[in-house]
This record gives sequence, structure tokens and C-alpha cells, in this order.
Amino acid sequence: MIGLENASVAFGHNVIFRDVSFEVPVGRTMAILGPNGRGKTTLLRALLGFQPLKTGRRTAPKIAGYVPQHGASQAKLSGLDVVVMGHAAQIGLFGQPGRDDLEAAEEALEIVGATHLAELRYDRMSGGQRQMILIARALATGSPALVFDEPTSALDLGNQAKTLDLLNMLRARRDRAILFTTHDPNHALAAADDVLLMMPGGHEVNGTVEEMIVPEALARLYGVDMRWVDLTGPESGARKAVIPAFAGREFS
Amino acid sequence: MSDVTAGARLHGGSGALRAGVFVGLFAALFAALIFAIGAGRFAVSPGRIAEIIFAWMAAPSAPLENIDERIVLLVRMPRVLIAAVSGAALAVGGAALQGVFRNPLVSQQVLGISQGAAFGGALAILLGYAGVTLLGLAFIFGLAALVIVGLLARINGRTEIVTVILSGMVVGALFSALVSVVQFVADPNTSLPAIVYWLMGSFSTATWARFWLGLPGLAIGIVAVWLFRYRLNLLALEDTEARSLGVNPDRERWFIFIATALMTATSVAIAGIIGWIGLVIPHAARILVGEDHRVLIPASAILGATYLTFVDTLARTLTSAEIPLGVLTALIGAPVFGLLLRRHFSKANQP
Repeated sequence: MIGLENASVAFGHNVIFRDVSFEVPVGRTMAILGPNGRGKTTLLRALLGFQPLKTGRRTAPKIAGYVPQHGASQAKLSGLDVVVMGHAAQIGLFGQPGRDDLEAAEEALEIVGATHLAELRYDRMSGGQRQMILIARALATGSPALVFDEPTSALDLGNQAKTLDLLNMLRARRDRAILFTTHDPNHALAAADDVLLMMPGGHEVNGTVEEMIVPEALARLYGVDMRWVDLTGPESGARKAVIPAFAGREFS
Repeated sequence: MSDVTAGARLHGGSGALRAGVFVGLFAALFAALIFAIGAGRFAVSPGRIAEIIFAWMAAPSAPLENIDERIVLLVRMPRVLIAAVSGAALAVGGAALQGVFRNPLVSQQVLGISQGAAFGGALAILLGYAGVTLLGLAFIFGLAALVIVGLLARINGRTEIVTVILSGMVVGALFSALVSVVQFVADPNTSLPAIVYWLMGSFSTATWARFWLGLPGLAIGIVAVWLFRYRLNLLALEDTEARSLGVNPDRERWFIFIATALMTATSVAIAGIIGWIGLVIPHAARILVGEDHRVLIPASAILGATYLTFVDTLARTLTSAEIPLGVLTALIGAPVFGLLLRRHFSKANQP
């Protein structure tokens, strides 16, 4: 389980958030939505213990599988080398990665379907490939919690779809507590069970996707009108998406 | 497709290639050691060197009757070995610092450790100490310089690379000034010449006694960094990332700092400031074996030992008078480093 209880973070007098409480049990996925600069990344940092809390408590395993937005970008190491780093805690201060560590890394690469990236140089990979490697590394930690910082924000549509599929696949396994931040409500629809909205002006609400991803709440969140649209999914199932009213163009 | 071959060079199939590189490095080190022991005004052939060494190993306490035996075993061996171990230590220290600071431009001198150690040593000579006390003071002030840099550069709990390098320059300048103060107050008839001579840097005073004095500090530092070699890969990550993997960068960095300060101070204590090794050698090693510290650290050690052995031999054989070693390492190091830098950035800017 991973979560916060009445947590506040402030830099001097600048309060980032106050009295935030939520929890993500093992087997569920939560999406955190909020406008830019509202403190999504700070919330993740606080949750992971990188940012001291002013008040409140955090619950998190000692090591959480964390997928940073941009990671290890200059490491001239192979994909496998980067994934093996997920096992750092097991390898220890003076240890070298051994057979077990390599096996854990290869298994993680297989889960994310990135075995073909094992031998490539990480610093020469595309953004989407790096994302897969970093997700595999988070899985390789063996942690019951996975935390993604804006996993889709820097990716093109094809890689967004890939990442969302992967998030969904991990969600369907129901063996981890998963948390990700995003600014696209459709990504929460696609891959989350629960949603935390970081409202402008500084209060937070959370609930299930059905309760939270509604045009009214999102309109307050982003300050733009939102609409439901009906569309046909890739497997010709009926889907609903929520998009801002400014989307599209008037045709006469 | 070029990505695949580049990746393969790093893993799996690279084993044979990498082993070949290490065999080559060891061969170069061996050749440098033999060359260094043989070269000089009294030249000794490699065959004769082997003969002398085997005879000595068979009977270490037998009296040395021939002049070439005395030259090889009492004069050149300690000097060559201490130069080799110092070279290895300086190169390993540089490689470790560059990993921890995620910056290929830092070195013991840029961070002020060398200058701090020089002040400690000069202070010891001023107060009339030598040997272990000199070494101890050099270590204390080398480490102090590093601590001050760390504290100056840490702003709001974050340590930016640029502030580290600027702080290092400030602290280095401060300790250089303090060395001048020591020289100013030193007795011009006794301690001043000793300080000046020591600071110029040279292995010419090497004896077995000095070798055994310096070996523990250098060897402990090298072994410590070598044991930490995989951890260095993790410390080279962003702090947040490293911490999420269960690494404590703030604390573990100090392990490297203390090991580096120990090695730098020891080498400064026995041979003065020898610059550029910690900067140039890790770069060359990276070109040969890549950036994985598991192979970079041993490769830097062997290459550093080879290089300093060779340069020290040049220093004492090129002219009839001995050229100060620091001058020679800078004369070679600066242009080589310039070339490496150009190469580094022209490669980095390729798509």
C-alpha cells in the first residue's frame, strides 16, 4: 500500500498542498490529475520520501518502483545495465550484480515487452524506448508499489498508447499499488481505478474514476469547459472520452 | 542498425574484446615498468633486470655486490613502484570523482583537494615534522578542502555541479594562498627550501622506506574505490533516481570523497602535486572500455600506473638534470586533454 495521511508540504510560507489524504491499496491504480505547477511532482516526491512533510504521515514501502520523467539520460550503458540497477538494494554497497540480479532484470524486460532493448545503448534510445527501460527497472525493484511521474507527457501518440497499454496490463495483474500523474483525463479513464484531483486554489478530492472524471469536476480543475464525446474504439467497442470544449474546429 | 552493434559492444559479445583491451593494458604496464627500471644513465638490459629480480626473490637478504644490482633494487625499484601506485591512485580517484559529480571535468586539483593536502604538508614541514605526521596533516587538510567545497556548494539541500566546480576553485585558491603564507613565515635557511623543493613534485627522493610509508594510503584508497565500482554507476544517476533505488547518495558519496582524499594526500605527501593524471587518464580509459565503472576503475588504475611510470622515467632521463614531474604531466596532459575535449563534444553533438 502507498499513501499519504493529512500530509502538507510547504517551502517557507509557500504551501504546496495541505492535509492531503489518500491511499492506493495493492491491486489498484490511482491517477493524479492537476494543472501545471499545482504540485503533482512535489506530491510524488513527498510520497517517496524525497521531500520532507511539514505535517502528516506517508505510507510507502522502503523502496518503491519509481519511473522518473527523464532518467539516467547520459548513462552510456546498455538497456539491461540500466534495468539491473533496479536490484541495487539487493546488490548492496560493495556487491556486483550476479545471476539473480540479471534474471530479475530480464524478467522485468520481458513483462514490459522490451527484451529487444537489452543490448542497445540507453543514451541512444528514443524517448519511448527509454520509458520502457525505466518501467522495467521499476518492476525489477520487486516493489509492491509503482510510481510514475508523468509517464505519457513527453511521448508521441503511438508511444502514449503503448505506455497506457502497459499501465493497463500492470493494473490487470492486481499485484501492485500503482500511482501515476498525468494532465490528460482520458489517460485516467484508460488506465486507472481511482483518481485524485489537485484542484486549483489548494484542495484535493479523490474517488473512483466514475466519480471524478466528469466534465463538471474537470472544468473546475482546468478552468475550461469539458464535454463527453462518443467514439468507436480500436476493437469497434463503444467508448466515451472527455475532451475540452475548445477541441476541434467549426465546419460550415 | 548501428545502435545494435554499439549495444553489442557493451554487452555479451563484448567480453572477448574487453579482455583483449585489458591484456593490452597489462602488457603496456609491464613494458613501462621494465623500461623504467632499465632506463637511466646506467642502463640495465631487461634480461639482466629479470636475473637480478629473480636472484633477489630467491635470497632477499643476500648482500648486493654489483652496482647494477644496487641500482635496480635500491634506487630504481622503489621509485618505479611508487610512481606506478601513485599513478593508479590518482587516476582511480579522478575516475571516481567524475562519476560521483557526473562531470568529466572534475579532478583532485579542480576540487582543491591537492592544494589542501599541499597546505597540510607545508605546515608539517614548517613545524618540523616529516613522515607519518606530514602524511596525516596532508590528509586532514585535503579532506578539509573537500568538506568546505561540499558545504559551500550545497544550497537549499541541492548540490549543483557548477557550484561545486566554482567552490573547488575558490577553496583551491584559498589553500594556495595559505601555502604562500606558510612559505612567507618559514625560515629561509632551513624549512623554506624544504617546502619549495617538496612542492615542486618529484619521485627523486623515493626509497623503500618512502614506498612503505605511502603504500597503505594509496592501496587502501584504490581497493576501496574498486570495491565500490558498481555503486559508482548508481551514484552517477540523478539523486532522486538513485534514492528511489535504495541508494543514499549524500552519505555514500563521502565514502568516495574520503578514499580520494586519502589517495591524493598520500601522493602529495610523497611526491608533491602531480596534476592532470586524474583528469586525462579516466578520459582515455573511457575511450578504451566505456563508462561502466566496473571496468572503468580497473582500466584507469592500470593506465594511470603505466602513464606515470613512463612520464617519471622521461622526467629523469630526458635531460641531465631532472625535469619537475608536475611540469611534464601538465605539458603532456594539457594538449591531450584539449584533444579529448574536442573529441568528446564533437561526438556528443552528433545525432
